[in-house]
Amino acid sequence: MSLRRRMLITVAVFGLIAVAALVLAPLVGSAPISLRRAFDPSVPFADNADAQILFVSRLPRTLAAALVGAALAAAGVVFQALLRNPLATPFTLGVSAGAALGAILAITLPVSLAFAGVGAVPIASFAGALGAVAMVYVLSTIRRRGMSTSVLLLAGITLNAFFSALILFVQYMADFSQTMRTVRWLMGDLDVGSYAPILAALPFTLLAFAVFACLPRSLNLLTLGSDAAAARGVDVVRTQRLAFFSASLATGAAVSLAGPVGFIGIIVPHLVRLLVGSDHRLVLPASALFGAAFLVICDVAARTLIAPMVLPVGILTALIGGPFFLWLLIHKTS
Amino acid sequence: MLRGADVHFAYGPGQAGLHGVSLDVGRGGLVGVLGPNGSGKTTLLRLLGGLLTPASGRITIDGRDVAHMTRRELARRIAIVPQETRLSFEYSVLEVVLMGRFPHLGPFELESPDDVTIARDALAATGTLALADRPYQTLSGGEKQRVIIAGALAQATDLMLLDEPTAALDPGYQIEIAALLRRVSADRGVTMVVATHDLNFAAGLCRDLLLLREGRVLASGPTAEALTRESVRALYDVEADVTFHQGAGHLTVVPLRRLRGTE
Repeated sequence: MSLRRRMLITVAVFGLIAVAALVLAPLVGSAPISLRRAFDPSVPFADNADAQILFVSRLPRTLAAALVGAALAAAGVVFQALLRNPLATPFTLGVSAGAALGAILAITLPVSLAFAGVGAVPIASFAGALGAVAMVYVLSTIRRRGMSTSVLLLAGITLNAFFSALILFVQYMADFSQTMRTVRWLMGDLDVGSYAPILAALPFTLLAFAVFACLPRSLNLLTLGSDAAAARGVDVVRTQRLAFFSASLATGAAVSLAGPVGFIGIIVPHLVRLLVGSDHRLVLPASALFGAAFLVICDVAARTLIAPMVLPVGILTALIGGPFFLWLLIHKTS
Repeated sequence: MLRGADVHFAYGPGQAGLHGVSLDVGRGGLVGVLGPNGSGKTTLLRLLGGLLTPASGRITIDGRDVAHMTRRELARRIAIVPQETRLSFEYSVLEVVLMGRFPHLGPFELESPDDVTIARDALAATGTLALADRPYQTLSGGEKQRVIIAGALAQATDLMLLDEPTAALDPGYQIEIAALLRRVSADRGVTMVVATHDLNFAAGLCRDLLLLREGRVLASGPTAEALTRESVRALYDVEADVTFHQGAGHLTVVPLRRLRGTE
């Protein structure tokens, strides 16, 4: 089968899964709703309980889940290709923690950092992600042959501990109500409340995906190592910079919306590779679409498992992702 | 066709590098770069391939300065085969060879059936066509190296730089790779520069030799003239027997004893 057909089929199948998840998820929840009543034009929106649940409570968090899932899964694929290690993800590298620190500072600090109509939280979140990525980048360029799993994990542990300490410090200095809010957010929570945060994060995500679209073939060649990629015509430094920048952008956008939701960047790309192989022209779009579907489904589970209470989705993804990561660590490290 | 003029390079102050290396590789040439570990063989190859930029001196292909060529332009002229290629993700043999087509495709262009034909021809030329659909990781060392050479052929360059192509292989594969390279050189007219520390491998394969020690050229010329008891002594501080071997059909070197300890 030609690559073009494989790409079309892959995008169609994973697109269908994502769309199905997006359409069905808002209909499921602790309170049963009726579509007919939700769309009944004779009832004003303010009095329409079904429409309220659908459009105010469930749809924003479903859309946020899709955006966050797609961004983190795609960023995971890009980090893995760049660092030549299937265990690299925004979460394990400490990039999510860097983004969280940025976001927490923006939430807690009394000064407004917003400019040009773009919210302060995504910007600060992106800056935090970029700071963390800069450290990873320096580490990876020092080690030309790609990062060994042990170096990668140690770097991730160090960055995570470092950023966590700073986050705790910020929380310690903040007042109590703010702390409660940020603690919940730090667990990875899709309770975005309205469409505004999604719209604020959207431009960052779109820009990141526009850059991602230029990368897949170069990422394939980086699998051989940077010298071998360069020898085949890849502008390695430019590819690395674009990839690190766009992956930080995607991580920053995702974390600004939902906090550092963990393990999406490892579960999703790994499952996708089992299905479509390693060609990034297939893996990257499929992971983005499947990542969206995966987090939407996780959110449905988080809303219904202990209904009427809502579990922060990050707890759920960590419960699935932790064991999965350990399993990978045992089976995939050479 | 490939020329280096008074090339200097250093990784850092006090570290080994190259100190005024010149060479001239003619079209269709098959040149071996010999020298002990740390003599600058790999550095020279990386410089020739444009992966490093000389501190001074010039490297040119058909008169064009390598430093002024883009990565894509260079990749259409020079293919590089390293000692060992490890993949961080699983790709099929055909996919790995198709990666050699990168410099011939536009930014969003997909490999055409023509590219696949070129890749399969390259696999056939290296005797690995039967492995096309196997995951690269599952191959033996010798098979992997032949597949990487196939990738270099698919790159359709007229120059190939090989860095210790057999160092990680056992003698059976070494003979196999030498035969393959001789065939590629003869059939396709690919100009080759092979860095190696294996004197007998070089003697059997290369028409010309460049002897490198501590970043300087010790001697160069046709293999029969450059490879002597004296040059081996100067290169490795080793007393050796250099004789023509009837069975092998080329000069062979048997190291006898070390003349002095390592510096």
